[in-house]
Amino acid sequence: MAVIGDLLVQGLQMALVLLLAPGLTGLVRKVKAHLLRRRGPSLLQPYRDLLRLCRKEAIVADTASWLFRVVPYLVFAATWVAAALVPTFATGLIFGWTADLIALIALLASARFFLALAGMDVGTSFGGIGSSREVMIASLAEPAMLLIVFTLALVAGSTQLSTIATIFATPEVGLRVSLGMALVALIIVALAENARIPVDNPATHLELTMVHEAMVLEYSGRHLAMIEFAASLKLLLYISLIAAVFAPWGLTGAGGDAAGFAVGVVAYLAKLSVGGVLLALFETAIAKMRVFRVPAFLGIALMLGLLGTLLLFISKSI
Amino acid sequence: MTVSALMLVCAGLLLATAVLAVVSGRTPAATRLVYGACLIVTAGACAVALAALSGAAATPATTTLPMGLPWLGANFRVDPLAAFFLVVVNLGGAMASLYGLGYGRHETAPGRVLPFFPAFLAGMNLVVLADDAFAFLLSWEFMSLASWALVVAQHREQDNTRAGYVYLVMASFGTLALLLAFGVLAGPDGAFGFDAIRSAGHTPVNAALVLVLVLFGAGSKAGIVPLHVWLPLAHPAAPSHVSALMSGVMTKVAVYGVVRIVFDLLGEPSWWSSAVLLLLGGATAVLGILYALMERDIKRLLAYSTIENIGVIFVGLGLALAFQTNGMVAAAALALTASLLHVFNHSLFKSLLFFGAGAVLTATGERDMDRLGGLIHRMPVTAPLFLVGSAAISALPPLNGFVSEWLAFQAILQSPDLPQWGLKIMVPAVGGMLALSAALAAACFVKAYGITFLGRPRSAAAAEAREVDRCSLAAMATLAALCLLVGIFPGVAIDAIAPVTRDIVGSSVPAQSGIAWASIVPITESRSSYNGVLVFVFVAASMALAALLVHRFGSRAVRRAPAWDCGFPNASPLTQYSADSFAQPVRRVFGSEIFGVREQVDMPPPGDRRAARLTVVLHDHVWERIYLPLAGIVDVIAGRLNNFQFLTIRRYLSLVFLALVALLLVLAIWQ
Repeated sequence: MAVIGDLLVQGLQMALVLLLAPGLTGLVRKVKAHLLRRRGPSLLQPYRDLLRLCRKEAIVADTASWLFRVVPYLVFAATWVAAALVPTFATGLIFGWTADLIALIALLASARFFLALAGMDVGTSFGGIGSSREVMIASLAEPAMLLIVFTLALVAGSTQLSTIATIFATPEVGLRVSLGMALVALIIVALAENARIPVDNPATHLELTMVHEAMVLEYSGRHLAMIEFAASLKLLLYISLIAAVFAPWGLTGAGGDAAGFAVGVVAYLAKLSVGGVLLALFETAIAKMRVFRVPAFLGIALMLGLLGTLLLFISKSI
Repeated sequence: MTVSALMLVCAGLLLATAVLAVVSGRTPAATRLVYGACLIVTAGACAVALAALSGAAATPATTTLPMGLPWLGANFRVDPLAAFFLVVVNLGGAMASLYGLGYGRHETAPGRVLPFFPAFLAGMNLVVLADDAFAFLLSWEFMSLASWALVVAQHREQDNTRAGYVYLVMASFGTLALLLAFGVLAGPDGAFGFDAIRSAGHTPVNAALVLVLVLFGAGSKAGIVPLHVWLPLAHPAAPSHVSALMSGVMTKVAVYGVVRIVFDLLGEPSWWSSAVLLLLGGATAVLGILYALMERDIKRLLAYSTIENIGVIFVGLGLALAFQTNGMVAAAALALTASLLHVFNHSLFKSLLFFGAGAVLTATGERDMDRLGGLIHRMPVTAPLFLVGSAAISALPPLNGFVSEWLAFQAILQSPDLPQWGLKIMVPAVGGMLALSAALAAACFVKAYGITFLGRPRSAAAAEAREVDRCSLAAMATLAALCLLVGIFPGVAIDAIAPVTRDIVGSSVPAQSGIAWASIVPITESRSSYNGVLVFVFVAASMALAALLVHRFGSRAVRRAPAWDCGFPNASPLTQYSADSFAQPVRRVFGSEIFGVREQVDMPPPGDRRAARLTVVLHDHVWERIYLPLAGIVDVIAGRLNNFQFLTIRRYLSLVFLALVALLLVLAIWQ
């Protein structure tokens, strides 16, 4: 029975991330529109867009290969699996041990690897520029992310997200300078990974500084739907990750009851909305960077991650 | 018959094949005969070594042949460490032979390749088997010379003779360093047997000296920065299946040399030697992959990426040494497992990638990526196999490269317990470098695959490429399958390495075979775990589900149309991104310090119809600042010494007299 319950919780989590992801994107757009004194599209607009894209025929370039048509599903699947393994409303998911935090990041790296390849498949200059910039940003964001993982894992003594979330919910972790640094670094990495302002602009693909949108320029119809969905899922994943590690309140343990899960889901919804609103505020307040300023921006994350780890050693020894 | 005797018979059979190749000459049947024989012998040897590794006999098998030093004989031994490396050597050898069955038919001068190929395989086997310094050095030099002969097989190309020359100089220099290292190890009594060396105590000064000499000797063969310069010249110059052997296997034999001497023979080294290995490993990983990213020749790119992977392996070795010297045997076993698993993994995917590059070379006659492209349409089998190799080397789950990187990161997370502050601070920094090199490797292989196989063909040769023969494809398919299998069932490989780590550091990673769902758990489950099978199944199932749902309830119609390209499609394939332009963002981020990049744009003023020009100048600082000055110094000294050639007889006699007096004086003072 316990196994069935656990499977149900895991299934609920998989369905939940899938259902909420477009809504989160819609929320960010709505809040941004309000901040700019526009009314903005409805919260449901991303769902409608996805459905409509799925129903349209896909236009595939003459020069595209099978890779171009497989990659959208692969990217979607890898991102979905990764998002399903982050503790959102409950820790101790039945399949949570399948991939620890390092494997989770690598799963997202797989998705990006194939998306960058798909950008080069048609053989246009736009796809190439997007792919080459995407991998440049990734090559700086990933080591920063790994150093953040080091900091978290050294505090919690584990790279399992469930364990980290459980330990961080206990009061003995306390406030640490290292964790503050890790939080700032994680936010920078999250902005870069999700192609948000100031690294990239998700709302346009008609300027030369664009990265992600240029890479997927050739996609249409259901393929585009899969990629957009994956992007929403990734945004949700990063906000969930930050919430699970730095705001692990309301998370239910492994053997929780229905009321506990209800509290967990409500707390999770609240965290997601706060995250979305904060992201919209930040994006409205800041300007987009030139693409070659991005390495310096990510360099800050890298240094903060390393400093966080080293400070941990010093604080441990004192 | 003991295992070591069996392995010696295999090496002997390989040598006999080499003789056969000389005798049988240039008939087309000779190619099939030689590679077929090599395939059978190495496959057999691989099976024997695997049995020896999994059986893990309590006492290592030894064999002594009445050759070599008169008072010692030639000693050979198979212990778990040797058995593991014999598996790597012979698996790589078998795959290269299988590939050679097809690829070898295109050889223009088979007489220059066929005799040396089996000899090279025999040499590598003998190095791993050797149990005394004399046999080791002799086999080492034999391996070097055989591979040199293969590098200069196509000697009519200008670059290849230069590559052969640089390789020969570096190889003799490396053997000299190893010779001196064994001299120090054996001591004044000349105890050259490995047993005698192992039981003799070594002073810290001697140990430090040996470490430096081994890093020069075996490190140069493995491709440690800054001793790597010969590698990107020599590995691509050889025929592709030999490139695969050199990159995938011979560098591992060099790693074996380091492990054997530093971990086994040297006894207990001091902690700073691990710091040296860590720093060298981290620097090698990052620099190797940055060099690879700047490259546009696909085989040279692969050779540079070998340097990166050697760096990763050395980081693992350094970690193992750091933990071992501090008595943390469990952590040392984890780090050594990560390192050895990466040795195995790299031999798989690097052979696969070199085979793929060889297939591209056969199909198009091109190594320059800027003249390739669109091969995914023309080579429908090679393309997905090369993709598997690219994803594996980029450390992406669920393939095998990720598992060894993951284990290395888990080992790094054990570092806070180290007592030395220097190591404590260095290990996370090296971990960052490891992560950087992994991310850059992904960038590098997006470039390698994207430019070579995707997009539109950039030359007529690429547009008319034909898929290669079945033998080559079979070799690539086997390796790709192994990459996936090791990736989703890593526990089997980890358990196979366990006897080696027990033998070397006295502990091993907990047995993985009993863990549910084929997960791997290096320490405890609450600490970290990874499950390749489930990741693979989940991703595959979600993919299938998504595709099914979209196709069922959405649309499944596809319309083929010209590329959109924001409304400005350009018919010329030259408007695509090229290898150089793909690397441009990374070049701008890392290039100015590391390569001293100068980019110059010559933009004609409006009205002037001459083409704009972009000139990019890259400097290889290692070559320009270390090797060229050294070569200059050698040149000057040689010029001076040349004067002695043209003296009169009186001068020669007086020189002889002076030398005699000087020697007698030295002797008098010495006594």
